[in-house]
Amino acid sequence: MKILVAVKRTVDPNIKVRIKADQSDVDIAAAKMSMNPFDEIAVEEAVRLKEKGIATEIVAVSIGAASVQDTLRHALAMGADRAILVEHATATDSLTVAKLLAAVARKENPDLLLLGKQAIDDDSAQAGPMLAALLGIGQGIAASRLEPENGFVTVTREVDGGQETLRLPLPALVTSDLRLNEPRYVKLPNLMQARKKPVETLTPEDLGVAATARTTLLQVAEPPARKAGIKVGSVDELIERLRSEAKVLP
Amino acid sequence: MSTLLLAEHQNGQLRAITHHAVTAATVLGGEIDVLVAGEGLAGIAEQAAQLAGVSRVLVVESTDLAHQEAERIAPLVASIAGKYQNVIAASGTYARNMLPRVAALLDANMVSDVLKIVSADTFVRGIYAGNVHATVQTADAVRVLSIRPTAFAAAGNQPAAPIEPLGWQVATEDKRLAQWISAEQTVSKGPELATAKTVVSGGRALGSAAQFQELLVPLAGKLGAALGASRAAVDEGYAPNDWQVGQTGVVVAPELYLAIGISGAVQHLAGMKDSGTVVAINQDPDAPIFQYADYGLVGDLFTLLPELTSKL
Repeated sequence: MKILVAVKRTVDPNIKVRIKADQSDVDIAAAKMSMNPFDEIAVEEAVRLKEKGIATEIVAVSIGAASVQDTLRHALAMGADRAILVEHATATDSLTVAKLLAAVARKENPDLLLLGKQAIDDDSAQAGPMLAALLGIGQGIAASRLEPENGFVTVTREVDGGQETLRLPLPALVTSDLRLNEPRYVKLPNLMQARKKPVETLTPEDLGVAATARTTLLQVAEPPARKAGIKVGSVDELIERLRSEAKVLP
Repeated sequence: MSTLLLAEHQNGQLRAITHHAVTAATVLGGEIDVLVAGEGLAGIAEQAAQLAGVSRVLVVESTDLAHQEAERIAPLVASIAGKYQNVIAASGTYARNMLPRVAALLDANMVSDVLKIVSADTFVRGIYAGNVHATVQTADAVRVLSIRPTAFAAAGNQPAAPIEPLGWQVATEDKRLAQWISAEQTVSKGPELATAKTVVSGGRALGSAAQFQELLVPLAGKLGAALGASRAAVDEGYAPNDWQVGQTGVVVAPELYLAIGISGAVQHLAGMKDSGTVVAINQDPDAPIFQYADYGLVGDLFTLLPELTSKL
């Protein structure tokens, strides 16, 4: 079984981003970057399937400027076999991402497509289901468990109110929830090995995709600030203040 | 201007988050048609027809739609969406699964989790775990939007709008794409987390699933509150996954939010910082949650919680 796993280079989840003075965008030029945590889980799952002898090849793909090479190297160090960099430096939207990934998928013909359920920067959570729609395949969104067997993949999804289990014929698309697994740490020898693994560079033109975003970012702003709160000394004071001041208790 | 609104329903009930989406649709203006798709829809359609602002309820009833798979419903939505300027739904797991698939079939982009409607094509949404508000403009002919339910009030009632059945056959190849196996639901007696007026959330400091039950359930019961949890508490197995409040879980904005033994990581704050009044009870006076709490109480939650519960 061949797996295509898509990864995104995002601001490290522990960084608090700053807004540019002209409010045109966030300022991430100097911020620490890393692989989107959900994508790391997707790569880990692919690698585990290979270790179990289920997957035969793992291809990692990323879209962005040349700097996304770092993220692809990380995927290779985790255990992906080769990587594809779709070089497209300008900001893009989920539909363009899905179209580029669909074009890569048509070239590569994977049995399973793995993505993170959302990127922690734009928080859109769209690329996965859009990609499944463009390829006309089934989707298991926010998966906490997946099990491929005999041309199908059984996926348990996290949904409001509990969980749901689906069986999708391959090829299928699955996006990872945090519960799917615990990604491994990359060791130095793996990083060294990853340098020798092939990275192919493609452009949107090579893939025949017109990568023009139709959603425009007009402005960014800080959310309204909360006013500073107080510390109370006792349970009695807390209840009293919730009653008389905040008026949230009868 | 007209809007097609996808109703979310579970166990024969219209989900309360849909009431909030109707209000967002009225902000967009024009006619609002609500699409109810699935099986056993009579009561759900009636509930939708009574929401203030709804023009018509379109009902697609089919045993093939009993489990509301995106692979089966998205083509239906895409086939009728061309008649509308907007296709919207409340942001919940149903819309997150369905709407991007609909958008791609329409060759349209989607705007996720809209906090504010600025104009017909311009919207405000949160990015970077809600730490930044982005204003975005879309050039698509059909605007596909999911609405943050807590950012819009619930719609009131009206005399029932007309309910019209709509014929739809699920294509054989779409039926093949996904086969539903089973569902497992978390039993919860309190109100629904996403729309509850009061939420009591517990973190890792609760120490065990038993203490989570023993300390938080009675407090939530007294307050008529929904129960929530931090990721740490869910990872430790103290609470089920679907109670997780945060960037990757449920986003809540109740009138009163009690954070019990929760440190206040960025990812958790993303899910609750628009709450009316925030109370934090934590042993660590330097926990980041105190920067967001209107009222903070520092101390041992194993003595403070029983006291609080008994005095309410």
